[in-house]
Amino acid sequence: MTESKQKENVEVKKDKKGRTFRNLSDIKIKQLYQPSEISDLDYERDLGQPGKFPFTRGPYSNMYRGRLWTMRQFAGFGTAEQTNERFKFLIDHGQTGLSVAFHLPTIYGYESTDERSLGEVGKEGVAIDTLADMETLFDGIDLSKISTSMTINAPASILLAMYIVVAEKQGISSDKLRGTIQNDILKEYIAQKSWIFPPEPSMRLIVDTIEYCTENVPQWYTISISGYHIREAGSTAVQELAFTLADGFAYVKAAMERGLDVDDFAHRLSFFFNAHNNFFEEICKYRAARRIWARHMKNKYGAKKPESMRLRFHTQTAGVSLTAQEPENNIVRVTLQGLAAVLGGTQSLHTNSFDEALCLPTEKAVRIALRTQQIIAYESGAADTVDPLAGSYYVEWLTDKMEQEAENYFSRIEELGGVIPAIKANFFQKEIANASYKYQKEVENRERIVVGVNKYKPEREVEPDILKIDDAVSEEQKRNLVDIKSKRDNKEAEKTLAELKEAAKGTDNLMPYILEAVRKYCSVGEIIGTLKEIFGTYTEDSIY
Amino acid sequence: MSEKYKRLISKLLEGDIRSAARLITLVENDIQIAEKIISQVYKHTGNAYILGITGAPGSGKSTFISTLVKKFIEQEKKIGIICVDPTSPLTGGALLGDRIRMKQHFSMGNVFIRSMANRGQLGGLARATEDTIKILDAFGCDIIIVETVGVGQSEVDIFKSAHTVLVLLVPGMGDDIQVIKAGIMEITDIFIVNKMDLPGADRKVSEIVQMLELNMNYKFDNNNLNEDFAKINRWTPEIIKTNSKTGENFENLLEVIAKHKEFLLETGVISNYLKSRIKSETLKILKYKLSQKIEKLIDDSHAIEELIEEVKERSMDPYSMANKIVQMLGIEENF
Amino acid sequence: MSEKRRIKVLVAKPGLDGHDRGAKVVARGLRDAGMEVIYTGLHQTPNDIANTIIQEDPDAVLLSILSGAHNALCPKIMDTLKEKGIDDVLIAVGGIIPEEDKDFLRKHGLEGFYGPGTEIKEIVEFVKNNLKR
Repeated sequence: MTESKQKENVEVKKDKKGRTFRNLSDIKIKQLYQPSEISDLDYERDLGQPGKFPFTRGPYSNMYRGRLWTMRQFAGFGTAEQTNERFKFLIDHGQTGLSVAFHLPTIYGYESTDERSLGEVGKEGVAIDTLADMETLFDGIDLSKISTSMTINAPASILLAMYIVVAEKQGISSDKLRGTIQNDILKEYIAQKSWIFPPEPSMRLIVDTIEYCTENVPQWYTISISGYHIREAGSTAVQELAFTLADGFAYVKAAMERGLDVDDFAHRLSFFFNAHNNFFEEICKYRAARRIWARHMKNKYGAKKPESMRLRFHTQTAGVSLTAQEPENNIVRVTLQGLAAVLGGTQSLHTNSFDEALCLPTEKAVRIALRTQQIIAYESGAADTVDPLAGSYYVEWLTDKMEQEAENYFSRIEELGGVIPAIKANFFQKEIANASYKYQKEVENRERIVVGVNKYKPEREVEPDILKIDDAVSEEQKRNLVDIKSKRDNKEAEKTLAELKEAAKGTDNLMPYILEAVRKYCSVGEIIGTLKEIFGTYTEDSIY
Repeated sequence: MSEKYKRLISKLLEGDIRSAARLITLVENDIQIAEKIISQVYKHTGNAYILGITGAPGSGKSTFISTLVKKFIEQEKKIGIICVDPTSPLTGGALLGDRIRMKQHFSMGNVFIRSMANRGQLGGLARATEDTIKILDAFGCDIIIVETVGVGQSEVDIFKSAHTVLVLLVPGMGDDIQVIKAGIMEITDIFIVNKMDLPGADRKVSEIVQMLELNMNYKFDNNNLNEDFAKINRWTPEIIKTNSKTGENFENLLEVIAKHKEFLLETGVISNYLKSRIKSETLKILKYKLSQKIEKLIDDSHAIEELIEEVKERSMDPYSMANKIVQMLGIEENF
Repeated sequence: MSEKRRIKVLVAKPGLDGHDRGAKVVARGLRDAGMEVIYTGLHQTPNDIANTIIQEDPDAVLLSILSGAHNALCPKIMDTLKEKGIDDVLIAVGGIIPEEDKDFLRKHGLEGFYGPGTEIKEIVEFVKNNLKR
């Protein structure tokens, strides 16, 4: 990124009509792309066949001819019982994977009864306190038949442990389980801010899960290295690309430092990207991501197996792009974003519901979102051939350009001593804050048009039907928790917590201890509380 | 003096936090009101010990101050912190950031933090900050910490109000020494090499030593002491390495601060220091008031327009015009 | 050079949600509109916010809540302020606030509501025109 990029008031050359042509990463777009723009392109070196190094054209040779992407709608609200119903609704409508949203108290490791949980119980996701809630959440769903993605970070190991135990109770052994925990703490410090512990013990917990899963849950994706939240926090596409991959490399390095062989775990790392409005920019971002990952894994981290170099990713359309004004327009935005993800070769996709700038999605909105994916898959023809845009002068030029810009960022991060030192120096936070402010100013100056917001504004706004979470949910959840605590063997529960605490002081892998605590119905809050005593907590310098 | 201010002041003296905060707002926003308030508050001041702390961005000031404050809390001190951030010269706005960086580190019970924008270079900082110090002093703070990013003359000025000035440096950062040479060195009592766990801490210490040696002949005359007195009663700046995260060397630092205080008292430097502080503060108030008055005159007066025309026509020179204005202000001609 | 009235604004982030893009963008925007702005950082309890208001004495407070917890958090914050005798500060909330919740929050003393798509200048005008002192 150039110096001028960081300044807030960049003068941009405008054409006669006062328009500027820059994508969301501030890359200038030419009027026409011609063969000369990609004259350096070497097919074998830079693109390769799909399924082959450097995987620019896709992680698999046959792509969607082999299997369509997984249609995975993120869902979670209210009690475990309510979300369980929504899961069954989605499965009935053809969804092929589950994706759990947890409420904030779970994400931060507070019990629903904690003072800090006030107003948050069941609001932004499903309320999970103990194993009992997880049992309800997956009641009647065969965990050997479905893959589950859990959006959970600081307490990821605990929720994974709960999932393993629920499966155990269904009679399914852990080597049959498929799914993902997000488990990506670095982007929490960078963007989403749901951290609990300082970076170092957090990294230990993550490497613990990698190590444990490599041996016991081999089909599990141990980290979903996420750019989604970086983008939602206001980054550009290039920043999303660069920061996410930098995080990925940091995990690889950490696991290798634990003594794991890169080829034993790298293929269980997956990625999670955003799909924003600029159609070609997004497609090129995915293509560049695959190429960068492959090149670094091979050349820098010494991976030998192609699977270790093959980047696979989930995509969610950009929540931040949804407008509260004329919310139905969001259906169109989501369609374009979803199509970009498919043309970029995503392995799974969440399409946002059109009403999400107003509330949690209603059933109607969720159905339309899922139908959008199905229309792309079965009607548009976009999935008929592999990487259909390859060879386009523009697409290949922009893919290249994004790779270069990402490499520039890698150098800057390296200069700062790596990802964690850069986090502590607020490097990412500053870059994102600058980018998001710049974007807002461009929207306010009408340099960027958002239909229905700063152009073609509706005269009168009509609010659609919205979904509200009843406050009774909170009371019910609190009662459930008190109830479980009175029924469980408290002595046993306390014993497992004490053992966990001792182990946390040393260097043992903590997964077995967490599994024991979970089995005895210790709550997420209790387990996190125990670890906090040893690990301490993190606070940030807020950069704005 | 309206009843409102009287009531606020009497509550301030009882230690009411809201009254302190509101009085600070009032002195910040209006010099005429500030004048009235300070005239009542002043006699209740003089009890607080004032620390000035500065350092370049990235030197870890907030964490350093947090750790220092925790030590003071252990000694059951009541603490006031004034964080000064720069005002944007373009918009007049400011982002006041240090509060969040500090307050997460301790319970707020006995700590009053106030963020303040320097509001440009027009004396706003000096006046409002010094008045704020007085209000916090009367409020009963034992220790008042004034923190700035330490760039610009007005911020050097504010440290003339401090009993002890601490300057933070960090290993590795090359340019901070240059910044210090540019004006803060003469008023520094204690150099802190913060983040001592980073490589290069000892090198930074020797850089400071070197810089101090080079400046041995420098007259430490910031307080307008007479030269002989200054030679005899001279404080040699101390250098301390600290780790704000672990608290390493903070006990040592507290001792040095105490030692500096003792030095001020025992040598009698403190009395000279107070005199010079009063002088410089009064001067500042005068300058500020005069400049306001002059600018108002220039903005509003017709007569000025005529003078300007004359100077434009070269029938009068700017010096003579200035003297005419001095007359209009009612000050004797040979101003 | 008469002293211009400066407006001081506190941007506060109560509750657990970490979505601070809006809060930060608004903070900067208000600065560029000539205001003095303090941002509290994340995860503030009602008590934290009240204490900051007391010490900093801002003219206005903008709460940013995107977790849907506004109906629980806002009244709690307003009650805490009332308990501490703070009654001359303009308070507004930004985030996703459904129409039907606004009346409820108005009753608790919140005076402005700013959802997605709001331009900063709307907030600037609101603050300037509704100062209480």
